[in-house]
Amino acid sequence: MPAALTENNDNLVRLRGVVFKRGDRAILDGMDIDIARGKITTIMGPSGTGKTTVLRLIAGEILPSAGTVEVDGQNVPKLDRRALFALRKRMGMMFQTGALFSDLTVFENVAFPLREHTKLPENMLRDLVLMKLEAVGLRGARDLMPSELSGGMARRVAMARAIALDPMMIMYDEPFTGQDPITVGVIMKLIRLLNDNLGLTSVIVSHDVQEVSAISDYLYLIADGKVVEHGSPAALKKSPTEWVQQFLNGLADGPAAFHFPAPDYAEDLLAGVASK
Amino acid sequence: MTEWFRLVGARSLLFVERLGRGHLFLLRMLAVLPRVIGDFRLCAAQMYSVGVLSMQLIAVSGLTVGMVLGLQGYNTLVDFGAEQSLGQAVALSLVREMGPVLTALLFAGRAGSALTAEIGLMRVTEQLPAMEMMAVDPFRRVFAPRFLAGVISMPLLAAIFSALGVLGGVFVGVGLLGIDSGAYWSQMQAKVDIYDDILNGVIKSMVFGVVATWIAVFEGYDALPTTEGVSRATTRTVVHTAFAVLALDFILTALMFGGV
Amino acid sequence: MQKRRVEIAVGVFVVLGLAALVMLAMKVSNLSAVTKDNGYLLKARFSNIGGLKVRAPVLVGGVRIGKVAEVILDSKTFEAIVVMDISNKYNNLPKDTSASIFTAGLLGEQYLGLEPGGDTAVLRDGEEVKLTQSAFVLEQVLGQFLFSKASGDKASHE
Repeated sequence: MPAALTENNDNLVRLRGVVFKRGDRAILDGMDIDIARGKITTIMGPSGTGKTTVLRLIAGEILPSAGTVEVDGQNVPKLDRRALFALRKRMGMMFQTGALFSDLTVFENVAFPLREHTKLPENMLRDLVLMKLEAVGLRGARDLMPSELSGGMARRVAMARAIALDPMMIMYDEPFTGQDPITVGVIMKLIRLLNDNLGLTSVIVSHDVQEVSAISDYLYLIADGKVVEHGSPAALKKSPTEWVQQFLNGLADGPAAFHFPAPDYAEDLLAGVASK
Repeated sequence: MTEWFRLVGARSLLFVERLGRGHLFLLRMLAVLPRVIGDFRLCAAQMYSVGVLSMQLIAVSGLTVGMVLGLQGYNTLVDFGAEQSLGQAVALSLVREMGPVLTALLFAGRAGSALTAEIGLMRVTEQLPAMEMMAVDPFRRVFAPRFLAGVISMPLLAAIFSALGVLGGVFVGVGLLGIDSGAYWSQMQAKVDIYDDILNGVIKSMVFGVVATWIAVFEGYDALPTTEGVSRATTRTVVHTAFAVLALDFILTALMFGGV
Repeated sequence: MQKRRVEIAVGVFVVLGLAALVMLAMKVSNLSAVTKDNGYLLKARFSNIGGLKVRAPVLVGGVRIGKVAEVILDSKTFEAIVVMDISNKYNNLPKDTSASIFTAGLLGEQYLGLEPGGDTAVLRDGEEVKLTQSAFVLEQVLGQFLFSKASGDKASHE
């Protein structure tokens, strides 16, 4: 499948006017996103805004109701099974839970993509796996089972597995959520390191503002199915939009109201008395 | 009143929808089956967990059922002075019915529910989407090997059940109740036909193997990705397999033995 | 290694299963008596075969030498033609062998008993056993008995 050369060849992924509906609800309502090559781009937003949906659209797991999704010049929703599988081999994904295969050892988990898609001789495969494990610092854990790993270690193994086939792009689905500070630091370091050393393009979906701002090159803030704002972390910090400020600074009240809609407080309390 | 109709209609539609999904699932599995047969290692690993680990249960059950058949059969036949026919009574009951059906039901309870739980758990921990993301077809890697393992294991397990059952009957009839060993075996050998009885029994267990494994794997695949969803799916496996096996048993028996 | 153990276990399982099948086939069923090339066919005509069924045993002196392969009705003479599948081991049945239908025990199933005669010539494949005795039909015998008893009484009174 010849990769068509589009004008923006420095954007690996392009979403244009993407709409995704589940039933009547539009989870994504006209999204435009550009993921630049070789950079770390993060998609942030409140829970449930469809951040993971964007990743799934890029991977071709789901189809948009409208709009285009382009990866490396290829129109993802239109690809047939074979072409889609070929594209996916060049994408790595790290799931929120790690999603390691529970019946395989750490070594076998990382070796899995290599065994399935290449016919490399065993000793070469072994070296590759060990190299990937070394990159995430878990070469010594190669014979453990996933059930014996801590959450952070499991995610690192998942990262090693995601880079096993030397993809052009990695997607991280909530990599920091629920991890202790040390693990968060390790994963942050690894994401940046892998991106720069392997020349990857990284897409992170997260709502951990501090961590993500520290390592991202570009941010997209989405809410209600639309892109609210996008830019470098520094630019966004200076954004005049109130909601952006509330989100980035973690303020309890602002455009996203603290109080759930309710009738007037005084009236509500007195209503109990008046009904006598 | 109309509410009731609506509920029944909705339920029926759901049932039909599930039936359709289940069949599409089966077709996808069958489509990748040739490649699984080519690379047998995956299937062999599954045959271990499905067949080998069930063997103990099947063996013990077969033996005890055979012994019970021996005792009960004797009690009934002795009224007619026909104790000599005990061998054939036990053997025919086992080979034609008890073997295939009971093995299928036990299989559903032990191996079937384990398969459902395993696959359901893979769904909960996102292992199946992860596999698809790595461009590996879960049908080829996960579902079809397990399906094939069940289909192959079931006739073998049923044969073990029946064989041990016959021996159990021998133990009770000849050993405990004093029926002449020669008469027991020769009567049995005279009346159990290799084609009409044994082959039909094998065919039955193969059909049951397909159905039981298909249901087990599909229920796991179709489970809701929550712990509650998985638990409900395992229950459904056992219940649906029981219904299916018993209904099919009636149909097959009518087809195979009705004309005799 | 783990994998070897698994593979060995599966192999053992398959062997056991097949062994069980073989045991069922050989020891439990009538496999040895069924293999087709091993027999030759003989015919016999009866006016009434009673409860004789296909696959009923054919015995000589109580020893099973074959089975009933087919039962046909001759549409011209309305006689029942029984086709027997006899094992090749017993190919020296004399031409004047007689075939009768007996009942095993009082309520048992019916079988075909052959009583060899003294002829030196033997029956070959496809030939017919000429001497036959039909099945024991209870009602007919009772009727005969009652009839003969009645006439016997009359005779003894004269």
